[in-house]
Amino acid sequence: MAKKETMTINMGPQHPSTHGVLQLVLELDGEIVVDAVPHIGFLHRGVEKLAENRTYHRALPLTDRLDYLAPMSNNLGYVLAVEKLLGITDKIPQRAKVVRVMMAELTRIKSHLVWLATHALDIGAMTVFLYCFREREAIMDMYEKLSGARMTSNYFRIGGLSQDLPEGFEDDVRAFIEAMPGHIETYEGLLTGNKIWQKRTIGVATISAEDAIDIGLSGPALRASGVDWDLRRDNPYSGYEEYDFNVIVRDGCDTFDRYKVRLDEMRESCKIIAQALDKLEPGPILADAPDVCLPPKKDVVNSIEGLIHQFKLITEGCKPEPGEVYQSVEAPKGELGFYIISDGSGNPFRMKIRPPSFVNLQALPQMVRGRLLADVIAAIGTLDIVLGEIDR
Amino acid sequence: MSEMLSLSNDPTLFIAVMLAKILVVFIVVILIVAYATYAERKIIGHMQTRLGPTMTGPLGLLQPIADGLKLFFKEDIIPSQASKLAFILAPMMILVPAFITVAVIPFGDSITVKGYTVPLQISDLNIGVLYILAMSGLGVYGIVLAGWSSNNKYSLLGGVRSAAQMISYELAAGLAIISVFMLSGTLQLSDIVAAQSGSILNWYIFSQPLAFCLFVITSLAEVNRTPFDLPEAETELVSGFCTEYSSMKYALFFMAEYANMVVLSAITATLFLGGPAGPFPGPINLLIKVFAFMFFFIWIRATFPRVRYDQLMYLGWKVFLPLALLNIVITGAVVVF
Amino acid sequence: MSQAVVAKLKGAFAASVLDVKEHRGEVTVTVKKEDIVPICQFLKDEAGYNFLCDLCGVDYLGQQPRFMVVYNLYNIATKERLRVKVPVAEDDACVDTVSTVWATANWHERECWDLMGISFNNHPDLRRILMPADWEGHPLRKDYPLQGPDREPYQGRLS
Repeated sequence: MAKKETMTINMGPQHPSTHGVLQLVLELDGEIVVDAVPHIGFLHRGVEKLAENRTYHRALPLTDRLDYLAPMSNNLGYVLAVEKLLGITDKIPQRAKVVRVMMAELTRIKSHLVWLATHALDIGAMTVFLYCFREREAIMDMYEKLSGARMTSNYFRIGGLSQDLPEGFEDDVRAFIEAMPGHIETYEGLLTGNKIWQKRTIGVATISAEDAIDIGLSGPALRASGVDWDLRRDNPYSGYEEYDFNVIVRDGCDTFDRYKVRLDEMRESCKIIAQALDKLEPGPILADAPDVCLPPKKDVVNSIEGLIHQFKLITEGCKPEPGEVYQSVEAPKGELGFYIISDGSGNPFRMKIRPPSFVNLQALPQMVRGRLLADVIAAIGTLDIVLGEIDR
Repeated sequence: MSEMLSLSNDPTLFIAVMLAKILVVFIVVILIVAYATYAERKIIGHMQTRLGPTMTGPLGLLQPIADGLKLFFKEDIIPSQASKLAFILAPMMILVPAFITVAVIPFGDSITVKGYTVPLQISDLNIGVLYILAMSGLGVYGIVLAGWSSNNKYSLLGGVRSAAQMISYELAAGLAIISVFMLSGTLQLSDIVAAQSGSILNWYIFSQPLAFCLFVITSLAEVNRTPFDLPEAETELVSGFCTEYSSMKYALFFMAEYANMVVLSAITATLFLGGPAGPFPGPINLLIKVFAFMFFFIWIRATFPRVRYDQLMYLGWKVFLPLALLNIVITGAVVVF
Repeated sequence: MSQAVVAKLKGAFAASVLDVKEHRGEVTVTVKKEDIVPICQFLKDEAGYNFLCDLCGVDYLGQQPRFMVVYNLYNIATKERLRVKVPVAEDDACVDTVSTVWATANWHERECWDLMGISFNNHPDLRRILMPADWEGHPLRKDYPLQGPDREPYQGRLS
């Protein structure tokens, strides 16, 4: 009997649809995937090591660069973890909490838009890509108004926010969330009922609930496997318990249901943002904790006390008592956790990031084994990975 | 009725007229190909809330020329591990069949030159349709060779996909148009056009709607357009069979794709839409029909995702082929009784 | 709730539980590394901690034992968290793998090996994951220089 030979191909790190620098070594029998081995680390920057050598305040910008499609969610996870470590969680003013929720949800929409755009493009639907990026551009503009940067916002601060909302920002947000459900309808119109889209996604890259929990999937990927778990509802942070929203759960376990879950999540995010806008009331944006929070800029430039205050905090940092915390948030891609150990100094003794994409990517081989090459692309897309976060 | 111009009655005039026809048709096809790229970018651009090219010339009208010049002056890279001869031959093997297929397409009624009748068709073969099928079959070799000679696994996969796809869909396309011959009783394209003349209701699109749909869809597959663009699926196979190509050779692939689109549109118009029949002079009618099909192809590209390889095969063998056979049986029954 | 689990754990593995701490409402249990796999299995099967959120190594350079391996567990049914820590000595820097308990531990343990140099017994595929395969050293150890080996420390920009 002739030996059955397989072909090994290197997909990535330079490949149009590996969403960055993921390398997949595929073992192919014709077009059927026998095995897939992901290789990661091409974007490793040593964020955890860098954070150990910086003060808590100065480690914050590093978190922007993790999941660069959802910077504010990363910021939120980090500042919540540090606030918990410092024990000032209760002191965060209401306005800061509401703005954080609002921005985190806008970030979720932004991240899901990029996911939908690239996922659809991978499967060949080019138009959805550009529609999604049009809406994402609006969120980017809001980011820019808010923080001056379109991608790496670095807007939240330990204890609150870096600055208050600019003039007219609430109207921008309101206009956006009023238009957004209509845009989602448009995407659905192009994809949901499309026979080719259904053929490409229904029953593709399935993973059962038990397997999903075992392999550590989280976020929309887990909820599409029928596991009803959302950190915003189950372990609420930043005042999420005050909002009324549905956790979208579907039990198809396949690419199509993950697509539907994320689309519905965008709609829910719009609802949360609307509630947040109603809750917005004037007030302080920074906690009353001078040993932790950086002073307002106008104090720094106008008074010597403010300058010294800023100087002390920047050079020495805030010093939490020794201890350790694990704080996680429901990032757009899943559970984003920060495990921080303090030894009483101004730098984190150890900061471990639990990136959702890193864990989700582990499920890829078992999702694509025995399927076709084209399904690998669909599976990478549906897991919604970001290499900046996987490689850290 | 004057005498038909042929090689025997006036050789010089015959050759001159022939060359003129070839030149005109060639230039028109080249121009359509060039501006089809422009049209595609503009139309898809506007469908996708973009503008398309705007910078080169008024409304970006010089864009195809700029693209052509750029590709022409690019360095021509041949991978060291490639099979050189096949690598160079492949793009030509795709382009040439695409262009020479145009030879049999009638683009108007006869005109009179110096007392002789000259048909507006380069060559009126009595087996015109067979010739078209043969030529489009030849195009596959180019793609397979390109995929194989690049010595790149993605290209190889693209080539293999393409071979399987073209063969499957060639069959369905061939069977779909058999019903047209059954009605017209000839393989000669000028006679098929003549059979559809008179009223617009004589067009075969009305008597053969199923064959028409099948042929349009299978021609999408044959020219590797979305949703059947698997051989060059850029998100799966990087760029499929043309991954390793650069410079003018790459441009040849693109010209071939658009030339194939033009040719298949023209064939569809000839077989199902009465060819050059219509309110305007013959060639203009044909061009209008061709452009309508091209617009349709572009529109599809902006709308649909890509099918998967196994689904494509399933569609070709288990849906289109039986449908085409069924159509033949029904047509046969209608013709006989 | 977590307290009840800790009590149950103490009942089943009395000799292995070294320390129980609570900080900011989070419970940390330190256990002996010999029993980590049965303890994890117990926590998963009996206490419902079916989700391993995170696994990482910590380097307490200068202390004995030098390393800690930290397991952050989550119970999806009751939404409870629990942290389990295992001290690991420098001269015997290896722990039994828990990838048999939670498959997700596979990559976490690879990362821990890669960056912290703690190896895992019986691990199915213990290769470097983030650093290049031929890298020497384990960057997250405290005695590994920030700027990398054989390089001058960064002095700030001169201009």
